[in-house]
Amino acid sequence: MVLYDLALGPFAEFGFMRRALAGCLALSLGCGPIGTFLVIRRMSLMGDALSHAVLPGAALGFIVGGLSWPAMSLGGMAAGLAVALLSGLVTRLTPLREDASFAAFYLISLALGVLLVSTHGSNIDLLHLLFGSILAIDGATLVLIGGVASISLLLLAVIYRPLVLECFDPGFLRASGGGGGLVHALFLALVVLNLVAGFQALGTLMAVGLMMLPAAAARFWARNLWSLSAVSSTLALVSGFLGLLLSYHLDVPSGPSIVLLAGLAYCGSVLLGPRDSLRALYLQRRLAAA
Amino acid sequence: MGRDLFGIVVSDTPQAMVVFDDVTFAYEGRSAVHRLSGAFVEGSLTAIVGPNGAGKTTVMKGMAGLLRPATGSMRQQPAVRNGGIAYLPQHSEIDRRFPISVIETVLLGHWRRIGWAHPVTRELQQRAQVALAAVGLQGFERRLVETLSAGQFQRVLFARAITQDARLILLDEPFAAVDWRTGEDLLCLIASWHREGRTVAAVLHDLDQVRAWFPETLLLACQCVAWGATREVLTPQNLRRAQSLSAELPDPSDSIIREQMVWSAGARDLESLLSPSLPRPHSEQS
Repeated sequence: MVLYDLALGPFAEFGFMRRALAGCLALSLGCGPIGTFLVIRRMSLMGDALSHAVLPGAALGFIVGGLSWPAMSLGGMAAGLAVALLSGLVTRLTPLREDASFAAFYLISLALGVLLVSTHGSNIDLLHLLFGSILAIDGATLVLIGGVASISLLLLAVIYRPLVLECFDPGFLRASGGGGGLVHALFLALVVLNLVAGFQALGTLMAVGLMMLPAAAARFWARNLWSLSAVSSTLALVSGFLGLLLSYHLDVPSGPSIVLLAGLAYCGSVLLGPRDSLRALYLQRRLAAA
Repeated sequence: MGRDLFGIVVSDTPQAMVVFDDVTFAYEGRSAVHRLSGAFVEGSLTAIVGPNGAGKTTVMKGMAGLLRPATGSMRQQPAVRNGGIAYLPQHSEIDRRFPISVIETVLLGHWRRIGWAHPVTRELQQRAQVALAAVGLQGFERRLVETLSAGQFQRVLFARAITQDARLILLDEPFAAVDWRTGEDLLCLIASWHREGRTVAAVLHDLDQVRAWFPETLLLACQCVAWGATREVLTPQNLRRAQSLSAELPDPSDSIIREQMVWSAGARDLESLLSPSLPRPHSEQS
């Protein structure tokens, strides 16, 4: 019964915990494959930059509509897409590299966001925005998160083949008809969508954690694209489940709890995962020495 | 009707695959290849040689449609556009650590037929298998490309070029990073493309190899030094002329073609250009 109280009780008892769990499930499904592509394309920091870029939009939504998640989501989405678009334009039109132009725009965006929030709200609200709150997930928000996950999986299925080619051999795609730019833009839009969906439960600063940490950890468990995605979705879901429990029992914010658990999974994978982990490399060396 | 080196019957009025009409290619306003005129004839097998920074890669990119002429015009036979071009760049942007299997890579050669959403039929799969066998990599289907050696990976790219089934095949230094054995195997493959009547152009450094395998040669030094039958192009006079022209190349720090201007390598390159050597007997070609 202790186990039931610890693990299932909170979800049976409280609607907001069930909604938060359902939200985590939806987030995990979208974030798994998207994070995998980000890690493979060495774009991990791009996800980070985009997650920060969402802030001023969310802040604007906050100023206009108060602590209303739909307003903040729309604002965040607009800001994230704008930063992705502007960075893409600068990368295409000037010799500046993509990571640098992303960094420039996200820093501008983040500063603007913090300024907006600090002049228009109390610090408690800012903390909510930055770190999320499971209490905030109501029915409408859940529909939004579920919608984002569904759109993500459908759109990924549509652009899967050209996205793989764009990642693996962009020159070949360009020489055989192109479309790489469009695919890249659609993919970045998916990243923004999922970050916006995530920031309600996790906060803007933590949302990218559920995307990157499980995907980076999956690298030590699987090798193929589909298995990498499946492993990272599973790890994200487990982190979400345990993180919510941690947050509930210890009365700490949900975002950092979930991301910390995903971080724990990452550290465990680096040490003990079956592929290329420190343990695997150690065993390999012992085998080679013997 | 005549016969070329490989005993292939060549029609007297062969159709031009790609025609350059007074074409200048330029990077950021600086001319990289100046006023090139001539044609790659259908079914021809041409080596493109010249010192580093001579514009070999530039001509390749132009033919592949990745670079527009600054002045002049370049025409391609409609068959080229319909059948597509198989282009193997020298510095490809391929991410060799991407988790993709060998057979999937070869299947990408069908891109024009499958695109974003068309199914990969059994027939297309079989053609990919045949291509993989042709480069000597049967049994490698499920391997991830990150586990392959440089030579094996180049074989996979050649297999992908086979599945592309293109009428025009462009190879930019295809043997730069591969072992000798792979180079020989791939040369045989190029010869078989030639026998099938495909048009092949390859950037090469080894003049012995060019003399032994390539009936036609284009000698570049930022402009066309000579273009025609290999014997007539690779003469000591022409090679000396290429060298003197390349001595006038600008300082590498304001390089015309950044990736190609490796000056120390350039010196070695010129030596090999100038050392006359006997053509290899043709019996080695089989």
